[in-house]
Amino acid sequence: MAKKITLSREFLKGLWDENPVLRMLLGLCPALAVTNSAINGLSMGLAVIFTLVMSSAIISLARNIIPKEVRIPTFIIVIATFVTIADKMLAAYFPDISKALGPFVPLIVVNCIILGRQEAFASKNSVSRAVIDAFGMSIGFTITLTILGSVRELLGVGTIFAVQIMPDSFEPWMVMVLQPGAFLTLGLMIGISNWLNAKRAK
Amino acid sequence: MENNKKNIPEGESPKPAAPKPKPVEKVKKEKPKPQIFLLSSSPHMATVDNVPKIMWTVIAALLPAVTFGVYNFGFSVLLTITASVLAALATEAVVNKMRNKEITVSDGSAVLTGLLLAMTLPPGFPKAYAALGSIFAIGIGKQIFGGLGYNIFNPALLGRAFLQASFSVKMTTWVAPNTIDAITTATPLGSYKFENIMTPYFDLFMGNIGGCIGETSALFILIGGIFLLIKKYADWRIPVSYLGTVIIIGGLFWIIDPSQYPDPVFHLFSGGLLLGAFFMATDMVTSPVTPKGAWIFGFGAGVALVVIRLFGGLPEGVMYSILFMNGFVPLINRYTRPKYFGEIKK
Repeated sequence: MAKKITLSREFLKGLWDENPVLRMLLGLCPALAVTNSAINGLSMGLAVIFTLVMSSAIISLARNIIPKEVRIPTFIIVIATFVTIADKMLAAYFPDISKALGPFVPLIVVNCIILGRQEAFASKNSVSRAVIDAFGMSIGFTITLTILGSVRELLGVGTIFAVQIMPDSFEPWMVMVLQPGAFLTLGLMIGISNWLNAKRAK
Repeated sequence: MENNKKNIPEGESPKPAAPKPKPVEKVKKEKPKPQIFLLSSSPHMATVDNVPKIMWTVIAALLPAVTFGVYNFGFSVLLTITASVLAALATEAVVNKMRNKEITVSDGSAVLTGLLLAMTLPPGFPKAYAALGSIFAIGIGKQIFGGLGYNIFNPALLGRAFLQASFSVKMTTWVAPNTIDAITTATPLGSYKFENIMTPYFDLFMGNIGGCIGETSALFILIGGIFLLIKKYADWRIPVSYLGTVIIIGGLFWIIDPSQYPDPVFHLFSGGLLLGAFFMATDMVTSPVTPKGAWIFGFGAGVALVVIRLFGGLPEGVMYSILFMNGFVPLINRYTRPKYFGEIKK
């Protein structure tokens, strides 16, 4: 790397400037599919934090002994190991959430955020940087998914984390917990983040 | 502006040349008319039609059906319509302001969207939700795409689709016409689909039936619709191909098994088909620009409608059939582009 950026920048870039969902538009499949409630969004995010941090650390450690030609299969095997651990843990301790997330936890294996970070970052940087970058990215992902899930749950059911927020007279907008609600909310969130960035750039 | 007008004669007057004053006078006379020359590609024909004129004419064409809706379902639907229109206007103004654009509330397009949306709501529908639908229709359905002329889907129908997906129970609770206390009833399509009861044709045609605020009376919609066709503000090919397809395909099923499928006359006058065919499918922004495209658009919507009505889970499918074909419009326009004179087929 030509110029080293500070470790704190490395962490913070994942939260906003290179937020995987809002700015890089990666990992949209789980972002759209599982965020019908805040808790689902949060647990998906936690699974991704675990997988991304662990696999980034391992790949970064092994970055000098992985042959270039087979790096993608190597990444996938490492990632799949941790996804399997996360999946079985969820199924054992939080069966309800595991059921709600369905196939999307196993699908983290091919999540472009994780594979992308290994290819673009962990395989080229030291372990400490790779782990910090992984934390930043996955926490950015988690925050985005939690907000997305909260907005949808608030309008679609009237609650956030199953806590009643809206008054009883509020009639839930069913569409928000259905598929169109995911696209609408995510689109508006990306729009707002672009608008904020444009404002900041001025 | 006014200063300029005064300045021209003053500046010209000292010149001694004799033939000059004439053109100056001409210029003065033409001043109030459009004075900007735009260099653009064809068509070069000047026209007196503009957005506000077309929009307000379409609104006028809707008035017979609206008036009948108010007569039929009582004064409270007038409040529903007002809520919907006001919300549409407010959203338009707010979004215009946010985007630093000219405030376009007076061009009638927001009023038309609000009015059309209200006409497709059931009579007892809560006013606050009607307003919400309007906000969605203008905000998400139209302005997010860039405002009037850029939207892909008919905003009013998109607003209705949002309400249908959000409040599906309230959107399908119908009240009987001409009752003081709201008595729930079924629409002719609903009672045919779920109970196999036919509604008399006369009631269907006059509109003395359950249904959305502005869709019940075939007669009054036809009056407005034909007025629009005569004014050429709606492409006649779209209603003709849409209704024609429904009659032919619906008729084919009726011939195959009259006991199971309704006849084409019932198809034509029930539900929101006429309102959709004359006022929504013909929306200039969301329908194809080419004549050939208009035929394809109407045909596709007709097929989709019959399929939804006869085989879908819902009794009515006008909204989805039009929205479905709206999505195809860019493709249709692309493939029905007319050949220019002398073009050789590749």
